[in-house]
Amino acid sequence: MLILQCPYCGIDAEETELAPGGEAHLKRHGPGSSDEDFHDYLFARENPRGVHFERWRHANGCGKWFHAARDTATLEVFGTYPAQTTEPPKEIRDAITARRPGWRWREFS
Amino acid sequence: MKRYSAFAIAREALRYHTGWERAWTSPEPKRHYDVIIIGAGGHGLATAYYLGKNYGITNVAVLEKGWLGGGNTGRNTTIIRSNYLQDPSAAIYEKARALYEDLSQDLNYNLMFSPRGVMMLAQTHHEVRGYKRTAHANALQGVKTEWISPQRVKELVPIINIDGPRYPVLGALWQERGGTARHDAVAWGYARACSRMGMHIIQKCEVTGIRREGGKVAGVDTTKGPIDCNKLGLVVAGHSGVLAQMAGFRLPVESVALQALVSEPIKPCMDVVVMANTVHGYMSQSDKGEMVIGGGADGFNNYTQRGSFHHIEETVRALIETFPIISRLKMLRQWGGIVDMTGDRSPILSKTPVENIFINCGWGTGGFKSIPGSGWGFAQLMATGDSPLCRAFSLDRFKEGRFIDESVAAGVAH
Repeated sequence: MLILQCPYCGIDAEETELAPGGEAHLKRHGPGSSDEDFHDYLFARENPRGVHFERWRHANGCGKWFHAARDTATLEVFGTYPAQTTEPPKEIRDAITARRPGWRWREFS
Repeated sequence: MKRYSAFAIAREALRYHTGWERAWTSPEPKRHYDVIIIGAGGHGLATAYYLGKNYGITNVAVLEKGWLGGGNTGRNTTIIRSNYLQDPSAAIYEKARALYEDLSQDLNYNLMFSPRGVMMLAQTHHEVRGYKRTAHANALQGVKTEWISPQRVKELVPIINIDGPRYPVLGALWQERGGTARHDAVAWGYARACSRMGMHIIQKCEVTGIRREGGKVAGVDTTKGPIDCNKLGLVVAGHSGVLAQMAGFRLPVESVALQALVSEPIKPCMDVVVMANTVHGYMSQSDKGEMVIGGGADGFNNYTQRGSFHHIEETVRALIETFPIISRLKMLRQWGGIVDMTGDRSPILSKTPVENIFINCGWGTGGFKSIPGSGWGFAQLMATGDSPLCRAFSLDRFKEGRFIDESVAAGVAH
C-alpha cells in the first residue's frame, strides 16, 4: 500500500486518505499561448516508467495539495514536498540521484 | 502447417499424439522487414494478421519483450460487447464483435467465443436515462441492444438482488450477442495464423531504441540486434509512453493499474455477463466455474502490474449487495494489468509526428473486446494510410477538440 507523508500535517497517510492529482509541475498555458503549448498543457503527459513527480491531496486529512516524487516502476517514494513551488526542491532531487543515478524528468534532472 | 479438425484429432489419437506441430515458429530476426509491429498482444497480432490477410503484406515481424499475449491480453476479464454511445466507438467495437462471431473458423483456432449476453445494470435514475439513450443510439448505429425491465433482469440472472436497499436494479441495457471469449486463445490463434503466412513472431526481444532518418522511421534497436523496417506500428498498451519517448514524441496517455480477481469455482449459477457501473463492479462465470470479477482502475501512474488492495475491497463490497450469494465465496487469485488511459477514455489509432510510425494505444480498460476490429482498422491505416474505422481516433483530435467522450461507457468497467 502506498504511504505518503503529508508535508503540511506530517501524517504518514496511506492511500485511502489521499486523492491522486496527476502529473506535477505542468506549466499552465492559457489565453495567448500557442495551440501547441495549450494542447501539451491539457493533454501531453510524461508518463515515465521510473521517476515521476505528481500531485496528491490529503483528502481525508488536512485537505491540502502537495507534491510527491515516486518511482512508477517500483512504487518507491523518494519524498514529498509542499505545493508552493514550481520545481522540486534540491533535497528531493538529491534523494532521487542517490537512488537513481542519471535519472531524467523534463528539465529537472 | 496442418489444419486443426475433427479428422486431425482422430488421426493423432491413432498415433499417440506425436504429430502435433508447434502452433507458431520462433525464428531469429532478419535484418529487414517491410513492417515491424512492436507488441505481440492481441492488438499487435491482429494487426499483423489483417495486414497479411487483407493487404498481402507478409514480410512482417511482431516483436515482443516478454512472451506472447502475456500483457493485458492475458489479464483482462474477457468481456466482448459493443453497446457504446458515440458513432466512432460503436463502429469499431461492433466491427470487432461481428468479427469475433466467426473468428474461430477464420483462424482455424477455437477461441471459445461465447455470445452469452452482456447486461449493464442501471442502478440510479441517471443510468436509466443514460442507457435508454445508448439503446436508441445503438438502434441508429445498427448495434443490436435493448432496454430491459428489472423483471427480465431477474429472469436472466436469478441470483441477482433487484431490490437492494441502496442500489436497486431499475433495468438494464442488454446486448444479446455480447459475451466472452478465451483471451489467451485469441492471441494464440492470431499468432498461429500469422506464422502460417510466414510472418516472424519474435518473443523475448525488447525494443531499446527507435532509429529515425530525416523525420522517417529507419528501424529499431532491440536486445537481439538492430532491425530495419519501412513501417513501424507501436501496439504496446501501457508502455506506449515509453516507446513514444524513444520515437521522440509525447502522448496524451497515462498508465495506471487495473485489477481483476477470480473466486473459487462453483456450480453454474450465472450464464450472462453482468456489469454494475454505479458500484464499479462486473462479473461473469468462467467455464471452470470461477466468478470472474473486475473493478475500477487506480488513480495514479503505475507500471508495476500490481494494484491497490482497497480497490478490490470496494469492488467486492459493492457486488455483494447486488449478488448476496457470493458473500461467502473465497477469492482464488488477483492480478493487475497496466492500462493506458487517454484524456477522453477513447483509443488512439493514428499516424504520428514521425513518418511511417503508427500508433495503436489508449484502449484503457477496454482493449480485449476490440482486438479484431482494432487490428482490422489499424492494418488498413498502416497499409493504405487511411481507415474509416480509425479516422475519428487520430492523435490530433485532442488538439482539434474532437473528443470521443465515452467515459460513461469506458471509464469505469469492461
